[in-house]
Amino acid sequence: MHRLVANTRKSFFDQGYLDEQFVQLEELQDNSNPNFVEEVVTLFYRDSARLLYNLDQALEKRPLDFNKLDSLMHQFKGSCSSIGAKKVKIECTNFKAYCNARNAEGCKRTFHHAKREYTTLKKKLESYFQMLRQVGPTEMACRPR
Amino acid sequence: MNLASQNLVNKQSTMPSSSSASRNSTTGGDNNVPDQFPAGLRVLVVDDDPTCLMILEKMLRNCKYEVTKCNRAVVALSLLRENKNGFDVVISDVHMPDMDGFKLLVHIGLEMDLPVIMMSADDSKSVVMKGVTHGACDYLIKPVRIEALRNIWQHVVRKKKREWKDVDTSASLDDVDRKEKEREDPDYSSSANEGHNWKNVKRRKDDEDEGEGEGEEREDSSSLKKPRVVWCVELHQQFVAAVNQLGIDKAVPKKILDLMNVPGITRENVASHLQKFRLYLRRLNGSHQSGGSNPSFLSHPDAGYGSMSTLSDLDLQALAASGQLGQLGQLGQLPAQSLATLQAAALGRSGNPKTPFSVPVNDQRNIFSFENPQPRYGQVQNRQGHNSNITKPINLLHGIPTTMEPKQLVGMIPMTGQSQSQSQSQTQTQTQSQSQSQSQIYNHVLRPPVLTGSVVSPGNHVTELTGNRFPVRGNLGIPSYGGNQNRPQNWGLQGADLTFDRSLHTNNMQGGLNVLQHDYGSGQKIGGSKVIFSTGEGSGTQFADNHLRVKAENVNYKSACQPFCPDEYSQDDLLTAIFSQQQQQEGIGEAESELGLDWYSLDNLPV
Repeated sequence: MHRLVANTRKSFFDQGYLDEQFVQLEELQDNSNPNFVEEVVTLFYRDSARLLYNLDQALEKRPLDFNKLDSLMHQFKGSCSSIGAKKVKIECTNFKAYCNARNAEGCKRTFHHAKREYTTLKKKLESYFQMLRQVGPTEMACRPR
Repeated sequence: MNLASQNLVNKQSTMPSSSSASRNSTTGGDNNVPDQFPAGLRVLVVDDDPTCLMILEKMLRNCKYEVTKCNRAVVALSLLRENKNGFDVVISDVHMPDMDGFKLLVHIGLEMDLPVIMMSADDSKSVVMKGVTHGACDYLIKPVRIEALRNIWQHVVRKKKREWKDVDTSASLDDVDRKEKEREDPDYSSSANEGHNWKNVKRRKDDEDEGEGEGEEREDSSSLKKPRVVWCVELHQQFVAAVNQLGIDKAVPKKILDLMNVPGITRENVASHLQKFRLYLRRLNGSHQSGGSNPSFLSHPDAGYGSMSTLSDLDLQALAASGQLGQLGQLGQLPAQSLATLQAAALGRSGNPKTPFSVPVNDQRNIFSFENPQPRYGQVQNRQGHNSNITKPINLLHGIPTTMEPKQLVGMIPMTGQSQSQSQSQTQTQTQSQSQSQSQIYNHVLRPPVLTGSVVSPGNHVTELTGNRFPVRGNLGIPSYGGNQNRPQNWGLQGADLTFDRSLHTNNMQGGLNVLQHDYGSGQKIGGSKVIFSTGEGSGTQFADNHLRVKAENVNYKSACQPFCPDEYSQDDLLTAIFSQQQQQEGIGEAESELGLDWYSLDNLPV
């Protein structure tokens, strides 16, 4: 099981779902905050749902307010980057580029991709954390990189 | 360093408190901390993103710092105000919904003089530069790594060293010498001081490792251990009033100190504060001058900065008021205190996202010398654009040739209009005076650049002061209510009891009271601003004896002008604060955050 956990974790990095920032979070976890990573990720998904909703709403308006979209996406991107959600962040960057170019189609498309990556990652992390709980906290301590 | 030394001991559960006792002999020093330093550093983190906030908090705790989280800038400011000396460093996000991070930065720099570190996911050069010009001591790119946070204590140390240096300098240097140095180009004064205080600093640095040895030295010297002086709003107001009274060029610490007449602060405190203030003003001014864009008033609140908010109307008012005050002061009427109060009021308005108007507070004479109004205004004209928003407000002083350092402006709102009026306005008919002055005030206040008679750009129009005099010919939007000019006592009565609502940012002077109505965006209600814009036809501002009026106008004006200076919120805030205070002083009525001036009472002000 430990091996499975380790491999799952490694795959996140290998496949580009997560980046170095996630490791930073893991390193912050300690005895006083034994579930820190999971707590942060949970908080992220909860808070970012609101940001995504705002983005959805803003993308429905006609005409599109690119400045507002950019600002909203900036917030969302910042959040994603803080947990190391690499693929989502890349889509956010693409979105911002389309925003600057005032390309509505591009924005909508990349937003769609961003949401997809966001949801995929969420599922992966949920099952990962579940695995972690099963193996016990000690496993986290000697997690290989 | 007195880095919360006392707190350190308490907070650090893991830190042995007695280890360093031997080092520090000073009582207030980091007695227990030198060894543990920077552990226990008290950090305030401000970010609207809860995920980031949680991560930062954990990172900082892991660095053994004492962390306070905050997700709203206004809350952060009030926390800082309530706990003077309660924090050592502030880390703030740039993009926040309730207040622009840079604005918060400026506020903190002026009021509490704490090191502020900005952070953002945005790493574009322009934003980072903005951080620099606004006085951030560092800029972190998100996602922030813990390594980046481990060293933030250096900013605290650096700042403290500077403070100590000032203290020590004053003690050891001859005042005259220092003054001379200070009298040099203001821009260089600080460096001059620093230069020749270097040895002191160096000495301090050496002592630092020994646990505040310098503290001991300092104790021996006259300056005392120098507990950190917190420049609260009132104190800053007094400071600004004093500077204004002296004239920015002639404001030297000793004189400022004497004018302020506040016990418990030293010349060094004043000197370092002055230095900061000047830097701030310069910063504010710099963009203005370079960009030529309208710094604040007219500048579109959002111009250039998505998040920049325009000056809160109160700020503007405060600015205006302070400007007026300056003018009045010049006239010899306004007591420095009034200005100070305005300043304080302005400062008090922390909530204003608006950028303050940085009104350069040059020597009044200079400011008002409308001899060449154009240069300023010319530039200003552009303001419409974003440029001004950004940072350099100021140009309240239209035509003021000086380069008022931004700091000076803050709170010192030059009464550009006033000066002009003074020189020229005398001719203004008294009847108009009121309206004129108002308009004039508005003119300058709102749009510094406008003076050249051009009307401010369409949206923002800050009433331009035509010629030097500003009269806002109507540009102000204050559409002469009818002829405004001759509404001498239109103070506020003009029908417009404009309450500036915050939402109105733009100063559109459309219709007359627009100016007044403009809510600078920050939604600050100018409280009773009975904006009296009686039309700008003002040709000459009658400032001469309408200090008060001008003031009132400014007040209103300010609110109207709010949006103009998105970046210069601090000034606005200061102005607002000052203004409100002024009102209080004058017994005008509540001032607190509103500038509800009772125009009539202004007449009572000594001329």
